[in-house]
Amino acid sequence: MIVELGHFALILAFMVAVFQMIVPLVGAHRGNAAWMAVADPAATTQFLLTAFSFAALTYAFVTSDFSLNLVTANSHTDKPMLYKISGVWGNHEGSLLLWVLILTLFGACAAWFGSNLPPSLKARVLAVQSSVSVAFFAFILFTSNPFLRLEIPPFDGQDLNPLLQDPGLAFHPPFLYLGYVGLSMAFSFAVAALIEGRVDAAWGRWVRPWTLAAWVFLTIGIGLGSWWAYYELGWGGFWFWDPVENASLMPWLIAAALLHSSIVVEKRESLKSWTILLAILAFGFSLIGTFIVRSGVLTSVHAFANDPERGVFILMILCFFMGGALLLFAFRAGAMEAKGVFSMVSRESGLVVNNLLLAVSTFVVFIGTIWPLIAEMFWDRTLSVGPPFFNMAFTPFVFALAVALPIGAMMPWKRAKLGRALVALVPAFVLAVAVGLLTWAVFTGQSALSPLGVALSVWLVAGAVVDLWSRTGRGSAGGRFGRLWRLPRADWGKTVAHAGVGITMFGVVALTGYQVEDIRVAQVGQPYRVGAYEIELLSVDENARGPNYLSTMAHVAVRNAEGRQIALLHPERRFYPVAGMPTTEAGIDSGFTRDVYLALGDPQTGGGWALRTWIKPFANWIWGGTIIMALGGFLSLSDRRYRFAAGAAKAPAQPQGVPAE
Amino acid sequence: MRALLLALLLALAAPAGAVQPDEILPDPALEERARDISAGLRCVVCRNESIDESNAELARDLRLLVRERLVAGDSDEETVAYIVDRYGEYVLLRPTMSGSNVVLWLAPALMLLVGGGLSLVYIRRRAASTTPTEAALSPEEQARLKDLLHE
Repeated sequence: MIVELGHFALILAFMVAVFQMIVPLVGAHRGNAAWMAVADPAATTQFLLTAFSFAALTYAFVTSDFSLNLVTANSHTDKPMLYKISGVWGNHEGSLLLWVLILTLFGACAAWFGSNLPPSLKARVLAVQSSVSVAFFAFILFTSNPFLRLEIPPFDGQDLNPLLQDPGLAFHPPFLYLGYVGLSMAFSFAVAALIEGRVDAAWGRWVRPWTLAAWVFLTIGIGLGSWWAYYELGWGGFWFWDPVENASLMPWLIAAALLHSSIVVEKRESLKSWTILLAILAFGFSLIGTFIVRSGVLTSVHAFANDPERGVFILMILCFFMGGALLLFAFRAGAMEAKGVFSMVSRESGLVVNNLLLAVSTFVVFIGTIWPLIAEMFWDRTLSVGPPFFNMAFTPFVFALAVALPIGAMMPWKRAKLGRALVALVPAFVLAVAVGLLTWAVFTGQSALSPLGVALSVWLVAGAVVDLWSRTGRGSAGGRFGRLWRLPRADWGKTVAHAGVGITMFGVVALTGYQVEDIRVAQVGQPYRVGAYEIELLSVDENARGPNYLSTMAHVAVRNAEGRQIALLHPERRFYPVAGMPTTEAGIDSGFTRDVYLALGDPQTGGGWALRTWIKPFANWIWGGTIIMALGGFLSLSDRRYRFAAGAAKAPAQPQGVPAE
Repeated sequence: MRALLLALLLALAAPAGAVQPDEILPDPALEERARDISAGLRCVVCRNESIDESNAELARDLRLLVRERLVAGDSDEETVAYIVDRYGEYVLLRPTMSGSNVVLWLAPALMLLVGGGLSLVYIRRRAASTTPTEAALSPEEQARLKDLLHE
């Protein structure tokens, strides 16, 4: 019964969305205030109905209602409760329901907190946002309905894919969707502004928090996914340049470009049409990502035929929204005249360089991802584009960004003196070169690329610190230190996020450049050395059991150079009988400067077990930096100029010098 | 997501994992070359994995084949060519720079040039133009500006 109500609520939400797509838009066109105002309650209703529908599906999963096709295919009574709940979005249909839930939540937030928006802009934003909901509601109801019943319910379910039964992956999709869908808000604002024909500083100020929030969530989502891959897939890689990963990286890069260019719109009223274009493209890449992941078109060109209905549907959504928005852009962008004037050397120029590099690096990922498709379509060549291509083509842009970032960040608006920024950065430069040289000297005989990467990451972190310090002005160190804490949160956010980039980069460079690997047959009770550590296989328990799996668990002692035991690790090989699937669980001793990573292999015919050991230097810094980047975004988001956005709308009309509170 | 999992399922269906201890060549220099080559060859039954990372049986066969060729005295290029002859261009994770692929390899640099050119034109235009806001002030606004400046 509850399930039917959920299904019904979903259909109702679809109808409300259709209503909200049309009426406010017509109202805004005719200047009818009442028609515009219905957007608010409609957005709230749409969200509540979708939330009820989602709750109904969750209820079915929690109570293991196997009369529901989706629950049978993705759940099992023995499954721990956390994974019963995460099972709701651990599949195509449920994850789409989560997608629209977040979409309607964002729409409702715009209705709730957007009281300072001009009524016509708000009505248009909500209408455009609702048009996206309409497309996805239709997609769910017509091709991917989660509420389909089974005629003869089985006694038990087929279990969730064991790889998904993991805390890292339980929360990975919701964050990723918050990011993808958050970009729909920027899209709605961009299209509404194009219809409205006006983009000003206030518009930039409204768009930025949404983009920033979306970017923060994407950052966390991608970080969680990468962390999961690291400890779950069994060989400690963290990024594979897989089409599915690239699908999330592209919107992230574009969102990073967008949140920088919207600062220029907000502060300097320049780069307007470019920012609008980025907002459209950012959501476009989210949709492309969805298309890539759901259709399977890039996995293998032939997989497309497995699910043509869904793939074609998303392709239609993509073509409609991108085609429509870009057409509108072509007609209206000319009207967006830039106001701000700036010289060649200025922060504006720095941000243009930032946008250029981020946009081109997105393009690199994009063309590399779709090239196999293009090559097969036009030249009938079946080929692969893998990590070697991306590493070669993408890294130069990251390095260029890293070189330019601290310099650009130091420059003042409008007109800057390059010399002044460079002089202030001398300490950061010296430190970076020193650390780079030291790395190079310690690891002689290896490529110069890794020391360069190390130097650049030091440059990024030190540059961010110099930037923050320079904002405290002149005077005694004590006075400046006191002022440091009173700087706006946006300044802190900028420094923290930029330092996070450096820290992640350091982790990536250290891990790829300097990890130590050992593969061997380990005999029980025979210790051996790997790097600075001694590894000993103590015993192997072949009959361990978990709540819903069987396990072969090894007990391995890790000792340091003095022979003192520092960790007892338990790498496992699990078997999930219901899904009929084996998985590996690595044994990891995480540390600040290194991870000791163990993966258990097969028993060998001559006795002993295959055991792989990696010493991965600074592995945790990769995700630590990701968290720090997200934290920087949050700090920026909590800056008072967004909290008191009410003042922002009125600011131009107010007398000078009065705080907008 | 689903496709990824399906692929993982495929990859994990065969137990064992990546390079096995018994595959490793006694000569460390040769083994390192073998690892480098394997990292650039795709496991054809997996999703986006090199044979070096893959757990599949076929990947193991290819790893052994690479090592066989190296032991027989082939150069790195000859070994790769040997595999490509048998399995096609598809196994190369790093596409060759031949024929239509030139477009792929040149695209990033080309895009950077075009984008850089456009940015430069834009910046120069912004730098050259006069401040429209000041010129566009109405008389009342200018009077107000004067007031404010006097305060």
